Amino acid sequence: MEKPVNNRAWFLVLPVLVLVAFSAVIPLMTVVNYSVQDTFGNNEFFWNGIGWFKDVLESDRVHAALGRQLLFSGIILAIEIPLGIFIALNMPKRGFWASLCLVLMALPLLIPWNVVGTIWQVFGRVDIGLLGHTLAALGFDYNYVNDPIDAWATIIVMDVWHWTSLVALLCYAGLQSIPDAYYQAARIDQASRWGVFRFIELPKMSGVLLIAVLLRFMDSFMIYTEPFVVTGGGPGNATTFLSIDLVKMAIGQFDLGPAAAFSLIYFLVILLISWVFYTVMTAQREVP
Amino acid sequence: MARITLDDLAHSYDRHPRGDADYALKPMTLTWRDGGAYALLGSSGCGKTTLLNIISGLVRPSRGRVLFGDRDVTNLPTAARDIAQVFQFPVVYDTMTVRQNLAFPLKNRGVPEAEIARRVAGVAAMIGMEETLDRRARGLTADAKQKISLGRGMVRHDVNAILFDEPLTVIDPHMKWELRTQLKSLHREFGHTMIYVTHDQTEALTFADEVVVMSEGRVVQAGTPQSLFDRPEHTFVGYFIGSPGMNLLDAQVDGATARVAGAAVPLAAPYRLNAGRVQIGIRPDAARLSGGGDGIPFRLERVEDVGHHRILRGRVGDQPFNVVQGEGAPIPADADRVTLDPARIGVFVDDWRVEPQERAA
Repeated sequence: MEKPVNNRAWFLVLPVLVLVAFSAVIPLMTVVNYSVQDTFGNNEFFWNGIGWFKDVLESDRVHAALGRQLLFSGIILAIEIPLGIFIALNMPKRGFWASLCLVLMALPLLIPWNVVGTIWQVFGRVDIGLLGHTLAALGFDYNYVNDPIDAWATIIVMDVWHWTSLVALLCYAGLQSIPDAYYQAARIDQASRWGVFRFIELPKMSGVLLIAVLLRFMDSFMIYTEPFVVTGGGPGNATTFLSIDLVKMAIGQFDLGPAAAFSLIYFLVILLISWVFYTVMTAQREVP
Repeated sequence: MARITLDDLAHSYDRHPRGDADYALKPMTLTWRDGGAYALLGSSGCGKTTLLNIISGLVRPSRGRVLFGDRDVTNLPTAARDIAQVFQFPVVYDTMTVRQNLAFPLKNRGVPEAEIARRVAGVAAMIGMEETLDRRARGLTADAKQKISLGRGMVRHDVNAILFDEPLTVIDPHMKWELRTQLKSLHREFGHTMIYVTHDQTEALTFADEVVVMSEGRVVQAGTPQSLFDRPEHTFVGYFIGSPGMNLLDAQVDGATARVAGAAVPLAAPYRLNAGRVQIGIRPDAARLSGGGDGIPFRLERVEDVGHHRILRGRVGDQPFNVVQGEGAPIPADADRVTLDPARIGVFVDDWRVEPQERAA
């Protein structure tokens, strides 16, 4: 087929280019700009090459934050994905109770991050919080302000409370799209409950599950507001995740160069891990 | 394998059905012999899928019993009925290979590995998929997936019946024909009882030894394709089967003569009829076009050439009437009458066929 060639058509793409430039490219480039320069104040900058990148990559502080971050995301995924699937499998399929479940499940997703943080900050307090006070009354030595393990547990439970719904709702949507014939065929073949899950439900959910894993990974890897509100990164540095550390570095200490290098490395790490998830989870779908 | 008996079976989706109209399936009693090929034929919403679901155990009938052989299976769940089913949309286990798909029902029943391998190889040969045994089922075409579905049923030795729920709906036209032929020869060779639900008369008539025609939840006729064509018991069967369907004309019947649109039509035998709407039915190939002379006044409106024959569409009075003519036969220029073959005229009162009086009586 003959396609007319007209270079003026590029003008049609221009608005998008301008938008993307302002929303993404230019801010990112300023970060790149800071990451390769140093300053002694007075708004005078000089070239520092890859110095900040080397510093960040060799920094024990960043390593520790990255380690905490990976552990946190790992735990979050290990709890929320199976739990979300489990909830989705046990939700009613249709009728009044299905609608009610959907509404209840969606509620935590509608609460702003800092409000979630505040809720749990108060909820967990030993003096006035329902959870903290009850645990203390039952004889548990629970205090998320002083005890790193308690702080971690609080933040993890909070994230599970906040985000498992998302996984469950996505899985539920995936399950709803499976025609009844599949279940009936499985009954005729006398498949076990596990067989139905393994060979029908899981493969049919794999698409939405990929989205759920990616979203939960990216979100948890970038988590900032809730732990900032609940623990402020403490006790000590126990819950200082990458974002919290980055903000401390950029705004607390005003180390723009290292913070810029840190940001770029952070971005690349997310990109890399997302790519790995995507590749691994879609690999099994290829025809051998 | 077993004979299937439907004993006074009826079903309503309403929990408290009041009238006849509340029944999706009106009371019926049918017996299907072991190893037969049966088709349930009817338009959408006639109850054929409900009937199939009752046989497969997905729906519990509100009334009556389902027997496999002498065993009452009415209240048994699907898994305990030992049936196989091929669905409208292909159901395969996506992540498994073809081999694993075929082995799955046997694995679940705890059949030994060696026996599974032997039977899977046998079924693969039956459905012609030996080449693709180790391919992932996900990437296969719709017709291949349907064959796998069928194979999963045939691989078992305990199947009482294989049920087909409009299995060719999503198959490409040229593969439809091939798959149907294959199905027919598999039936001939291995003798499974097969029950095939379809709204396509060609599929039903070519596949089945006996076709059960359903309309509005009722079995209107069960018989061989030939008997459905030659002696429809109900006007629905008459116009649903055949293309075009049977011509139906309002008539007054007196003895061995019917009066249609002012003309007398001789019948093969005398009838004595009760009150009701009387119609005579005639297949389009049993009517002949003529100019002047005897016959019923007919107005020809258009001619459709469909290859080896022509369909002449027109009207008798204000009722549509079709004539099928061989390709070579001439159409008279002054054609304004049709004559009917008396031996092939059926008489219907309130849509049901009536038989002529016994000549001896």
